[in-house]
Amino acid sequence: MYFQLTEEQKLIRETVRSFAENEVAPSAAERDENECFDRELMFDKVAELGLAGIVFPEEYGGAGADYISYAIAVEELSRVCASTGVTLSAHLSLGANPVWLFGTEAQKQEFLKPMAEGSKLGAFALTETGAGSDAGGTRTFAEREGDEWVVTGSKIFTTNGGDAETYIVFARTDKDAQKHHGISAFIIDKDTPGFTFGKKEKKMGIRSSPTRELVFENCRIPADRLLGKAGEGFKVAMKTLDGGRIGIAAQALGIAQGAYEAALNYARERKQFEQPIAGFQAVQFLLADMALRIEASRLLVYQSAWRASAGLSYGKESAMAKLSASETAMWVTTKAVQVHGGYGYTRDFPVERMMRDAKITEIYEGTSEVQRLVIGTAITRG
Amino acid sequence: MNLDLNEEQSLIRATAREFAAAELEPVAAAFDRGEQQELFLENLGKLAELGFMGLNVKGEYGGSEAGVIAFSVALTEIARACSSTAVTVSVNNMVCEVIQAVGSEEQRRSYIPRICSGEYLAGAFALTETGAGSDPAALTTVAVKDGDDWILNGSKIFITSAPYAGVFVVWAVTDRTAPKGKGISCFLVEAGTPGCLVGRAEEKLGQHASATNEVLFQDCRVPGSALMGRLNDGFRVAVGELAGGRIGIGSLGLGIGLAAIEAAGRYALERKQFGRSISDFQAIQWKIADAATELEAARLLLMNAAFRKEQGRSFAKEASMAKLFATEAANRACYEALQIFGGYGYTTDFPAERYSRDVRLTTIYEGTSEIQRLIIAREVLRSYA
Ligand SMILES: Cc1cc2nc3c(=O)[nH]c(=O)nc-3n(C[C@H](O)[C@H](O)[C@H](O)COP(=O)(O)OP(=O)(O)OC[C@H]3O[C@@H](n4cnc5c(N)ncnc54)[C@H](O)[C@@H]3O)c2cc1C
Ligand SMILES: Cc1cc2nc3c(=O)[nH]c(=O)nc-3n(C[C@H](O)[C@H](O)[C@H](O)COP(=O)(O)OP(=O)(O)OC[C@H]3O[C@@H](n4cnc5c(N)ncnc54)[C@H](O)[C@@H]3O)c2cc1C
Repeated sequence: MYFQLTEEQKLIRETVRSFAENEVAPSAAERDENECFDRELMFDKVAELGLAGIVFPEEYGGAGADYISYAIAVEELSRVCASTGVTLSAHLSLGANPVWLFGTEAQKQEFLKPMAEGSKLGAFALTETGAGSDAGGTRTFAEREGDEWVVTGSKIFTTNGGDAETYIVFARTDKDAQKHHGISAFIIDKDTPGFTFGKKEKKMGIRSSPTRELVFENCRIPADRLLGKAGEGFKVAMKTLDGGRIGIAAQALGIAQGAYEAALNYARERKQFEQPIAGFQAVQFLLADMALRIEASRLLVYQSAWRASAGLSYGKESAMAKLSASETAMWVTTKAVQVHGGYGYTRDFPVERMMRDAKITEIYEGTSEVQRLVIGTAITRG
Repeated sequence: MNLDLNEEQSLIRATAREFAAAELEPVAAAFDRGEQQELFLENLGKLAELGFMGLNVKGEYGGSEAGVIAFSVALTEIARACSSTAVTVSVNNMVCEVIQAVGSEEQRRSYIPRICSGEYLAGAFALTETGAGSDPAALTTVAVKDGDDWILNGSKIFITSAPYAGVFVVWAVTDRTAPKGKGISCFLVEAGTPGCLVGRAEEKLGQHASATNEVLFQDCRVPGSALMGRLNDGFRVAVGELAGGRIGIGSLGLGIGLAAIEAAGRYALERKQFGRSISDFQAIQWKIADAATELEAARLLLMNAAFRKEQGRSFAKEASMAKLFATEAANRACYEALQIFGGYGYTTDFPAERYSRDVRLTTIYEGTSEIQRLIIAREVLRSYA
């Protein structure tokens, strides 16, 4: 056991932190207010730092770094702006990673490389109205016609939807198969005829991250856009989400860290009853519990990231990391508002935004209940 | 022990529920988006007509004389539909009650009927300042005697209903040499008095339709008759009134929690995943069971505090316990409810996210949870000393 970051990982933290504080943080409140996705800032500049494909080998446009470095990058971005954090996480873990894991060499060259380099933004479309926690309810269909697949159906809640160029889309290719059988994964370009965008969700938080509906009406795509084998889509989705959980866990960790620091600073400055409120045990204990829960979550996140890079299994560990970090983020942000008193409830301080942002981490890429199912099944199977 | 509501209380609850369902619920989401402000105010007028602005106020001043339990159940029902409306009603009642408790006969007759009848859509309770939140005795707004008049200077922050309040109950320092908390007095300042200005509106996490503003006093001259209660006795008055207000905010929190868990329960019955209603999963059932249990306990604590106040017994500890427990239970209930909605809960298509934002305030205003714990501990320890 060796609990120290490498020089490279430390450097990444410093670089991303300085970018996040100087460039991302100043507009975070305004982008939240206006539900504005600023692509140049939130993706292009992030890509310039080499983060868009940080974990992929250099020959595929990546930076060849490990998953801990990636987690640190998402954490640091989310510490000031959770929307910017999820943009990177959805792009890398959900858009690019399935191509890395399941793509052919040609697909990697054509799709992974531009995503890793940051010239294209990625997205992942699994969820449908009837298929949320239960992906087996997928009702988007893809039918083979000659050299093409014809895709029909719709997806909801797609992060980066409408702004991304490359979409990983799940559709049922075997009409007779039940539940999670007979689903396949496809790579679909934004400007494909028959592929349009529906409603943009109005949300409680991560309001500068776009969430859109995708609509496919007789959308024809070449046969070589099938990702992995036909009928293997459920596996593609599950493997992808195992990795994605590291990203969301890191996002939650960053939100929690940002809120904790804000609360700590405020508690030291704010005076009531002739002393800084940090002098009251009631406040100190909140800060102590925040620090404790964040540190425990951080170790779970880095452990799952380390396992991913070391080639060990990490499905259970990433579920634990996501569950712990997201519930920590919700708890810490809620208490950070409390430490700010009435001011915390106003938009003059960032903690109310952080609290709204934190809630989504308990929902997407598998709700907390689904993480408990994953962990519970893994540990009772023996 | 009889835990039933009496006939009058049941009737008031039914009236509140009907009004809330018909007039408030359909527009609460629009209010939250900042729309239909006029309708929000119109509804306050209607609630006044129904007698909800002075529930625990004597009939001779235009109140309904229905008591504290009725006040609690009415607020809960209103908050189930719209917490911004509920907080306005709660503060109006508190303002009427403080005037009834310490005001002169003339002050009672000139202000309480106006609030109860809806002529004034609201009254405001102006205690908090930037440097005086949990520690209101630290307030620095001053009132200086000038002949028969008083001249007020200073500023208040976070004042509910300020833009449409007809009268402000204002706390100011009248004896700067007195020890902390001993030189504060209470004044009634009419809206529009020169030098009394409504300032910046706060942008908030929730309860958007209820206005929260700064109120400024710049050489604001009020007559000697504006002093309410005894000179330099204002802090004691504030502390006493806040205890009653806590029953209001606890009841309000309970209403939001009940609304959230009801919406989530209905959704869970309908929503199917893995070929079953999600209400079939224990993970979902447990959330509903826990929330329902905690909210029921909260209701009983509120009823107990309200009953004691109604009986004229001490109730500060009980009110703090009820507020602490009800608002924290309601917060948990709202977040669990949102969770039951899954991704849909995070969107504005369903009310769960609004409930979660609205409920967050309840553990902050009228004394944070930490302050409630201080009060409870102090009272409990005193009884052992
Ligand atoms: C802002 C946002 C961004 C998103 N981004 C993406 C994206 O980029 N790509 C994508 O594909 N999806 C995305 N999603 C969808 C997200 O992953 C789903 O919302 C999530 O998986 C939950 O599905 P659901 O909303 O249908 O909830 P449901 O599955 O209907 O769940 C409702 C409730 O039931 C519980 N439940 C369900 N099944 C069980 C069970 N077996 N046992 C116990 N409890 C259970 C859930 O935990 C939850 O509490 C996004 C969602 C949002 C809101
Ligand atoms: C929307 C809104 C409406 C409001 N309406 C009104 C109104 O109509 N009239 C009015 O007068 N006020 C109103 N308030 C003010 C409200 O009552 C105060 O915000 C509240 O009392 C807390 O004060 P503060 O915000 O200054 O927080 P602070 O007192 O600065 O508290 C910050 C943190 O320190 C903690 N703390 C403080 N002292 C102690 C201690 N001794 N021990 C342990 N912990 C402590 C608090 O619990 C909190 O967690 C409103 C506030 C809001 C946000």
